[in-house]
Amino acid sequence: MPPVAETTLGVKGDFPIFTRRFDGHELIYLDSASTSQKPAVVIEAVAEHLRSHNANIHRGVYPLAQEADAAYDGARERVAAFVGAGEQATIFTKNVTEAINLVAYAWGRANVGPGQAVLITQMEHHANIVPWQVLCRERGAQLRYLEVDERGELSLQALERELARGDVALVAFAHVSNVLGTINPVAAMAARVRAAGAVSLVDGAQAVPHMPVDVEAIGADFYAWTGHKALGPTGVGVLHGRREILEAMEPFLTGGDMIASVDFQSATWNELPAKFEAGTPMIAEAVGLGAAVCYLSEVGMERVRAHERELTAHMLEALAQVPQLRVVGPPEAERRGGLASFTIEGIHAHDIAELTARRGVCIRAGHHCAQPLMRCLGVAATARASVGVYSEPEDIDALVDALSAARQVFELR
Amino acid sequence: MDDLYRDYILDHYKRPRNFGELEPHDLEAHEHNPLCGDELGVHIRVADERIADIRFHGHGCAISQASASIASEELMGMELIRVGALGADWMLELLGIPVSAARRKCALLNLKVVRRAVTGDHAWPT
Repeated sequence: MPPVAETTLGVKGDFPIFTRRFDGHELIYLDSASTSQKPAVVIEAVAEHLRSHNANIHRGVYPLAQEADAAYDGARERVAAFVGAGEQATIFTKNVTEAINLVAYAWGRANVGPGQAVLITQMEHHANIVPWQVLCRERGAQLRYLEVDERGELSLQALERELARGDVALVAFAHVSNVLGTINPVAAMAARVRAAGAVSLVDGAQAVPHMPVDVEAIGADFYAWTGHKALGPTGVGVLHGRREILEAMEPFLTGGDMIASVDFQSATWNELPAKFEAGTPMIAEAVGLGAAVCYLSEVGMERVRAHERELTAHMLEALAQVPQLRVVGPPEAERRGGLASFTIEGIHAHDIAELTARRGVCIRAGHHCAQPLMRCLGVAATARASVGVYSEPEDIDALVDALSAARQVFELR
Repeated sequence: MDDLYRDYILDHYKRPRNFGELEPHDLEAHEHNPLCGDELGVHIRVADERIADIRFHGHGCAISQASASIASEELMGMELIRVGALGADWMLELLGIPVSAARRKCALLNLKVVRRAVTGDHAWPT
């Protein structure tokens, strides 16, 4: 039975930042799609690691070093289990951008060439566009885009038509759009890509923190996400890959830790996942992410999703009451992640965000690192409100009040 | 009244002066604000080493549009040699509102584009 949709999970108190005041206003944080706030357990896990367990990993024989090893390896175990992925095929990266670049360089340079194509979608973040542009330019391949329809969704038929052309080597797509909020049918897409003999990569940055994600069940060849949007620290991202593909790949970054042995002129590579983790990694940050996914598991990802769907429905309804306001993306909360991007006729998105900030309401404004999509939508910038586990209906109400005040400043009627 | 969105700022935003294109023109440049994707271009007609006519075009927030509009009235007739020497303070004083660090580029985009048209300098005004 699906969990009862709760408009609040009652966990705001777990996040110390919400005790802050800005000009007397409470912090109304509606920018979780940019980065999430951190619960005390995560902050404490990072601090405790640095305070009591700090040593480099995979080098020392002394007990402290073994504690650091256990902490880092334990974090990987937790992170992999959180999304149903294998530990050996779970690689820590700096962020999603680095994870996608890893695939574009280490897999792309060896497997994409002239006469072939990389297929992405019009709703991608720059992190899932530019690495493919550079790859295609370097390798003489074609970069093609799946269109976003007027509802802000992709078409499986269009994907099939593209795949039927027979030249597609890789298809990369977002699990949840950071602008439209659209939840894409990633398992169905990955299955079609696989059936066509191509490789798939899913950008899960906006999905993993907000809904149950089972990487095995989705069945993509690569699945990337980042820690800082999932209540963890910045500086740690995750790439899950199909093991046989990762085994066959050459490394991306080279140097310490990723080698089995080094001779004067050559080297051999370490086992997975170390092969793709050159140099001393982000140990404390990984430990923090391990604590974050434990926290999320305790809250329960089914509950998190139900809560955000409920809040998003409330947000869509409340925003619809604001005159001249237009929300982009699918109209139903059911088909969206916990965010809404919008424009108000007569006020630029930057001015909207500046004016809501006067009341402590933090939203994002701009192109959201998705300039091609903004061109498709015919807008230069949108304002975006996005929720997280700690968000409450009162946050949405404060946003709507702040938008009314902004309209007054601009003398809109 | 709001500190930032004062009457005259909103007035210049809603009814920007010297906006549009200028054909023919002697100088032009186009710039965008990397923060938000806002775009601003300028056309300038030159006579006697001065700005004889100027038009801005593009889209952006109230701060960037009002800045361009207000600046255009001051730039009209200005000697080119003086335009090249204009710094950020000139624009910010002209605006007369407290611009936060986050919005500084919004306010300075027009000066950047004008200086680029006149001197070829790509740098943000300091």
